[in-house]
Amino acid sequence: MKFSPFRGGVHPDGYKELSAHQAIEKLPLPDRLYVPLRQHAGSEALAIVQPGDFVMKGQLIGRAAKGISAPVHAPTSGKVLKVQPFVAAHPSGMDSNTVIIECDGNDTPIATPTNIDPFSLDGKTLSDTIANAGIVGMGGASFPAAVKLSSASRQVVNTVIINGGECEPYLTADDRLMRERPEQIILGARLIRHIVNAENVCIAIEDNKKEAISALRQASSEYRNIQVIVVPTLYPMGSAKQMIQAVTGKEVPAGGRSSDIGVLMHNVATTYAIAQCLSQNEPLVSRIVTVSGGAIKHPKNIEALVGTPIKQLIDFCGGTLEEPSKLLLGGPMMGQLMPSDEVPLIKGAAGVLALNNNEISQPSASPCIRCGRCVSACPMGLVPLEMANHSRQQDFDGAIGFGLKDCILCGSCAFVCPSHIPLVHYFQYAKGEVAYQKATQQRMDHTRQLSESRRARQEKEAAEKAAAKAAAKAAKEAKAAAKRKKQNAASANQ
Amino acid sequence: MITAIFVLTLMGLILGYLLGLAAKYFHVEADPIIEEISELMPGTHCGQCGFAGCGQAAEAIASGETEVTCCPPGGKQLAETLADKLGITINLDDIANEPLYANINSSECTGCTRCYKVCPTDAIVGANKQIHAVINAACTGCGACKTACPENCIDMLPEPIVLETWHWPKPIAA
Repeated sequence: MKFSPFRGGVHPDGYKELSAHQAIEKLPLPDRLYVPLRQHAGSEALAIVQPGDFVMKGQLIGRAAKGISAPVHAPTSGKVLKVQPFVAAHPSGMDSNTVIIECDGNDTPIATPTNIDPFSLDGKTLSDTIANAGIVGMGGASFPAAVKLSSASRQVVNTVIINGGECEPYLTADDRLMRERPEQIILGARLIRHIVNAENVCIAIEDNKKEAISALRQASSEYRNIQVIVVPTLYPMGSAKQMIQAVTGKEVPAGGRSSDIGVLMHNVATTYAIAQCLSQNEPLVSRIVTVSGGAIKHPKNIEALVGTPIKQLIDFCGGTLEEPSKLLLGGPMMGQLMPSDEVPLIKGAAGVLALNNNEISQPSASPCIRCGRCVSACPMGLVPLEMANHSRQQDFDGAIGFGLKDCILCGSCAFVCPSHIPLVHYFQYAKGEVAYQKATQQRMDHTRQLSESRRARQEKEAAEKAAAKAAAKAAKEAKAAAKRKKQNAASANQ
Repeated sequence: MITAIFVLTLMGLILGYLLGLAAKYFHVEADPIIEEISELMPGTHCGQCGFAGCGQAAEAIASGETEVTCCPPGGKQLAETLADKLGITINLDDIANEPLYANINSSECTGCTRCYKVCPTDAIVGANKQIHAVINAACTGCGACKTACPENCIDMLPEPIVLETWHWPKPIAA
């Protein structure tokens, strides 16, 4: 494919050679794990263990809350020390509820692999199993996988796309996973196809991952309707909407979902987790993560338990060469800035990056010169300069008019901006404000309803009181009348 | 019988026609903007604006008797929406950025039930001689409970920012 698969896009330097040749290594069991109860989009899981409890590997420690949520499992066996707020893997630097486990070193699993063939079960059962295993999108968005599956099975899905784009610079975790464990990925892809009753599976990989392409081609050769598609290396290829356009040529409508055009997409790491869950009966308690960046001594791809402090991952790579200027979870384009190296690894983090000063050089912003480079770079076809301008003036409706809601925060615009305007920061701010305003509006509607029902109740009470009073009065009068009548009768008799 | 039906039908038609005419000629023009504004108001009739209820406040805002910034529970957002609707410019700096909500200091609460009796949204729970508490999601921040509290143990505080409500602040750079 020589033509551009979607509009816009940028070509940042890859830096993948830092870790691409490093085979996946397993991190030795840490002493303590800090397992956050919020590792997914939606509501926080509710802790069901208490300090002092002994947990086994894979035991449920937080059940999914109502609505969109996902359960959390113990990554290894050990004793629950505390359930308390602990610094979260979140740019705010705030705390979130975390289960702290002291590992006993035995790694005793709670369940053994089952012998049931998952293909003999129906989609609903399998998708429930995936929901109970706490599997979330591992490409970064952390959206519960089962919610995606069950909403897709309500629509007609023809094509399952397995996203092996991994377009973010530095990250090689998915690349290594595809090279080293292609059979499980193919199994996961076939299971997803089975769940949503789709016809085809497309595994889309960027053309800079030659070994991964050949590994998956080989592993998929014996199955029907599984295609490995090579897409050009272009950021943000790994973003769902762009990948779908590159593979199918169809565009997901604004505000719509990929299932609206008959497509369901899962990341390769999620697909692997689904295969592990359905074939080995393992909940999601570990992931493969790239630890890289200019400040890391020996960048590596590590298979680590969820809840491992990222400091231990960095130490496993020989520590840092210098004090990192920025610590990121995820890639350099869309990753989240971490407040410290104490934060735990979460299900959705594909990378831990410690960047040095040369890598993040950011000159101060100068005024917009309206060159329009951000407009040509935007893969969603939006107008970033106007969105930022309106956001700065707090005209969020104006920003929405220029596409704020469709913005995927990929950072292509900020990457090309010659004035170094923090465009994505503006959009994050504006999206946050819009969400806040929506919440305020909902709150106001709620209180209005409450106040109306209170008034109705008070009126009803007043009416009941008046009725009771009237009844009492009537009774009294009737009594008085009867008494009078008696007296009259008595006087008449006299 | 037939005469009666005929007369009554005729009377009905004539009276109906007259009523129709009256509705047209004696029509009272109600300003639709008042209705639109009262739709936007919180609707809790807390009285902090100095009017008896949100309807009266909406009338006063529409006629320009009072400022669009008069509603504390509505806050900055309501003032902005109203200013937009009425096509006026306002100084948003005068309004507190964050809305304040009632918080009961449980160590001083005597359980007198006075606060929950005045709450326009039933946001306070409690019983006689039991410590009361505010359901934050239902509080409009009208302050009626603060005025009613004989122990002076209700504070109006901004909602604490938690992980779910946190978002990136505005960039400082130009």
